[in-house]
Parts: sequence; C-alpha cells; structure tokens
Amino acid sequence: MDPFIFFALLQDGITTGAIYLLLAIGLLIVFSATRVIFVPQGDLLAFGALTAAGLQSGHVPATLWLLDGLSAAALLASLTGGVRAAGRALLVWGVYPAVVSLASVWLARREIPAVSILLALAIVTPMGPLIWRFAYRPMADASVLALLILSMALHFVLIGLGLVFFGPEEASVPALSTANFTIGALDISGQSLCVLGAAVALVVGLGWFFGATVQGKALRAAASDPLGARLVGIDAGATGSLAFGLAAFIAALAGVLIGALTPLSYDAGFEIGLKGFVAAIMGGLVSYPMAAAGALLVGVLESLGSFWASAYREVIVFTLLIPVLLWLSLRRGSDEDRA
Amino acid sequence: MTTPPLLALDGLRAGYGRVEVLHGVSLTVPEGRMVAMVGPNGAGKSTLMSAVMGLLPRRGGTVRYRDAPAGSTGQMVAAGALLVPESRALFTDMSVEDNLLLGFLRRRRAGERDVRGAMAEVFAIFPRLAERRRQLAGTLSGGERQMLALGRALMGGPRLLLLDEPSLGLAPLIVREIFRVLAELRGRGLSILLVEQNVRAALQISDYGYVLELGQVVAEGPSATLAADPRVVETYLGQRRRDV
Ligand SMILES: Nc1ncnc2c1ncn2[C@@H]1O[C@H](COP(=O)(O)OP(=O)(O)OP(=O)(O)O)[C@@H](O)[C@H]1O
Ligand SMILES: [Mg+2]
Repeated sequence: MDPFIFFALLQDGITTGAIYLLLAIGLLIVFSATRVIFVPQGDLLAFGALTAAGLQSGHVPATLWLLDGLSAAALLASLTGGVRAAGRALLVWGVYPAVVSLASVWLARREIPAVSILLALAIVTPMGPLIWRFAYRPMADASVLALLILSMALHFVLIGLGLVFFGPEEASVPALSTANFTIGALDISGQSLCVLGAAVALVVGLGWFFGATVQGKALRAAASDPLGARLVGIDAGATGSLAFGLAAFIAALAGVLIGALTPLSYDAGFEIGLKGFVAAIMGGLVSYPMAAAGALLVGVLESLGSFWASAYREVIVFTLLIPVLLWLSLRRGSDEDRA
Repeated sequence: MTTPPLLALDGLRAGYGRVEVLHGVSLTVPEGRMVAMVGPNGAGKSTLMSAVMGLLPRRGGTVRYRDAPAGSTGQMVAAGALLVPESRALFTDMSVEDNLLLGFLRRRRAGERDVRGAMAEVFAIFPRLAERRRQLAGTLSGGERQMLALGRALMGGPRLLLLDEPSLGLAPLIVREIFRVLAELRGRGLSILLVEQNVRAALQISDYGYVLELGQVVAEGPSATLAADPRVVETYLGQRRRDV
C-alpha cells in the first residue's frame, strides 16, 4: 500500500481510537462503581454533539429543557431529605441549571465555537447523575443482567428523545482547530491533534483524580469492596452520582470531538459507544491499560478495514470480540456473575 | 443516676428472606466497656452485627445507639459505630496507606485534617503496617490483614468498635498480638462489642459476656462469672487449649 495512504488511515484510526478510549474509560468507571453497563453513554455522546451543533447555529437546544425538567424533579425529590440535603440540592439542581439555561439562551445567538462546546458539556454532563438518580439507583441491588436490560430501555428512550429534539438530520460540531500541519509529505490535521490532546489530558486528569484525591480513592474503594466502602462511610448514592457524572462528561466531550470529524445524527451514538464497549471488554471491564490498547486497536483496524474491505469493517471490529471473550472466559472460569 | 448505655438492643429480630435468625436478642454495651459475645457457628453473631449496623433490616425490637434509635449504616458510621466485619472487607487493590486514609474519611467529614497524626497512632499500635504502607492490601498475610482492618476502623476514631472474630484464621502468635491490642484499647476506655470463637481469651479480657445460641441469648453475666459457669465451661471451655 501507498505509505501516505497508510499514514492517513493510521492517523484516522488513532483519532477514532482515542474517542473509543474515552468511551471505554467512561464505561469502566461506571461499571466498576455500580455494575451498570452504561449503554446510553453513546446517546449522551450524540446529545453532546448535537447540542453543540444546535447552539452554534443559534438555536437553544431542547436538551436544555430536558436538563431543566430532570433537575426540577431532582429538586422536588430532595425536599423529603431534610434541610441540609435540600440546601445542597438547591445549589446543584436549582442554581446550576438556571445559570446554564440563561447562559445558553443568551450566548446561543453569538455562535462562538468554544462557547457552544463548553455549554454543550455543561448541559449534558449533569444528565449522568440525573439518569442514575431516577433510573438506576432505585434498582441498585438488581443483577447485572437486569441493569443491562434497564440500560437498553434507557437507550431507546434517549434515541426517541434525540429524534424529537434534533430531527433526523445530521449536524456537525465546529472544529476546535482547522489548521493543517505538513511534516515532509505527511498531513496532520489540527482537529486530530485536538482529539489526541483531549484524550491524553483526560487520561492524565483521571489518573490524578483516582490516584491522588480522596474522592477519587473513595470511588475506587467503592468499586474494590462495596461493604468496606459503606463501613468507612462512603455513600453509595454519591459514588454512583460521581461515576455517572464522569461518564456523561466523557461522552459529551467525545461527542463534540468526533462531531467535528464526521457529521452525526441523533442515533449515531450507539454504534460509537458499542466500539468503546468492545475496547472496555478487551480490558475485561476492569483494566484501563488493556482497554486503552483495545481502543486504539479497534480504531486502527476499523480505519484500515474501511480501505481494504469497507463493507466488512464492522464485522472486522466485532469479530475481535470472539477471541477476547474466549480468552477472558478461559482465564476467569465461571465467576462472571459473582459481582 | 446511671448513664444510659452506649448501645442497647431490646428484643432484636433479624434474618434473611423468610428465615428469621435472631429471635429477640437483648444486649447492652455500656460506655467504656468491652462486651464479649460468644456462641457456636451459625448462632447469628455476625447477623447481629449486621443488624446493629443497619446492613440488614431490623425486623423487630429496638436498637438504641447513643440514646437514640439506630439509623442507617451511613448514620451509624457517622455517629462513630465502626464495624470490622468477619470478611475484613479491605480494599485489596489499594495500598495499606490508602486503606487507612479512607478509614479517616468519617473524621475528615467532621472537619478533622490530621490524617498523618491518626496514621502515626495506628502505626504505633501496629508497627508492621508502617513497614508495609505501600504494599497492596490484597498481598498482606492474614494477620496483617486483620491488623489493617482494625487499623482502618481506628482511623475513624470510633465511639463504639464492633469486632467480628478478629482472631479468625490466625496463628496463635498473631492471635495473642491481636488480643494484646484489644486489651490496650479497652484500657484506653474504648467501648467494644467483641464477637469471638476464642471463648477463653474473649472472657479474659472483656467486662461482660453473652452466650448466643440459635439466635437467642442463653447465658450472660460478668465475664469472670461466665467463665466459671459450668454450662459454659462444658460447652466452650471443655478442651484446655494451651495456645491462649
Ligand atoms: N446472607 C445470608 N443469607 C441467608 N442466610 C444467611 C446469610 N448469612 C447468614 N445466614 C444464616 O444465618 C445464620 C446465622 O449466621 P451468622 O453468620 O450470623 O452466624 P455466626 O454466629 O456469625 O457464625 P460463625 O461463627 O460461623 O461466623 C446461619 O444459619 C446462616 O446460614
Ligand atoms: Mg460470624
């Protein structure tokens, strides 16, 4: 193969691989803290991209009203929990959505790319904790399978909402960088560098969060031993909220990054999320480095596959799962439902 | 006037599914005392600990802690009731230091900031943990794990320490070490509810004892009296064991 084409494909593959990596990390965080396989993460990715695209074209996106509605419900629900809880809730579910709403309505007209992107992140991130609060938390003790079924149901709900909110058309997020660098005969796009930079920054940031902060360690503790976590006073509700918040932020971030590379429609998130899931599975749903390797592998294989055998590129990616699952099941024996 | 006990159970019932395990247990732990609970396997000792901590629903009777009805697990922990469970429940893929740090969480929430000081105290009690502070908890020996589990609870500054078989599965030398520490903690005025299979040692260091059988208290009394009770001697102290 022409080395330049190969390089272009490789660059493409690594860029999308970085997106899958982000999603894999989100899935791992949520799964290890709550045993939930967060299928709707892909839909939040689409929400993130389309919200940013909407703001950029001067509309106030309907996701904002979803945020306001869910926040109001959370605020009402918190009224039963005593004065201190209600005070905190007022700040989180009252003041925050109000500020974001005003900012969105006011700034949507200005169509500044960075502002649209930041607002999209601010709108979609709280949906993680809200979804946890209203959907998963009431059945936190259910089996992994029951939680997965709930995830699928939520996925369809969010797709439906996505169609209502954004219509069937595809939309693009403004690129953070339109620069192009040429090194010798190789072309490197600025947006690819932005994606890689964001992925690296997120990985480093999360590494610091989990390795050096008490909150991060508490989240790890809850994943490591739920009973031990309760006995030192770590609240399962707060841990779940934090995990889902991180995952929703990651999804929204992945959305605004990939939305600048390819136009997305309301239902595009699922497939992207599924590839993040393949990567997470390669890490056995526990290992971050393995998932990272898996994500890059998926991205590159998919990119090369689209050149050689474009009709089969999905087949190639998902076929990867078979040897990985075989290996995992041989290694782990039959304790998969122990969790 | 007598001060109310730190922990008071009255007719506590608890169980799993349709099976009732505790059929009305009454027991008190006075402030500053060590109370031992002994009994055969399956008597419901661990179930009682879980019910007290709110890990298991309390189905009947009352549990009062610090002169108020006992709340949820989170509230019990916040109020200083710290359980070292039979399983230890350590964060095995985290370091010894991180386990201790998380034990301090409760005090941190209360505004305390001196983690180092609290950790130094634990290291003074268990010097072995200091040597292994960077090691993963999952790679510790059984004795070291128990020390870490106890240390983690001590990091929380307990008002009431609930210990479920701290000597379980440990070599005699380590058992002696653990009991030495328990005696020291008791000497400092810490209130302790101790569940033990090691009846002789438990009755030696505690103030008061209960014998639990099939979910009911069948004997109780000051530990020295209980240790001389013919029924207890026959059932639990019959075999003289030289290792304790
Ligand atoms: N999670 C559970 N589900 C159903 N039954 C249980 C559960 N845990 C304990 N039991 C049952 O409750 C009874 C009391 O168990 P428990 O663990 O409280 O006994 P124990 O006195 O602590 O015994 P040991 O000395 O062996 O630790 C036993 O018959 C046990 O089978
Ligand atoms: Mg037990």
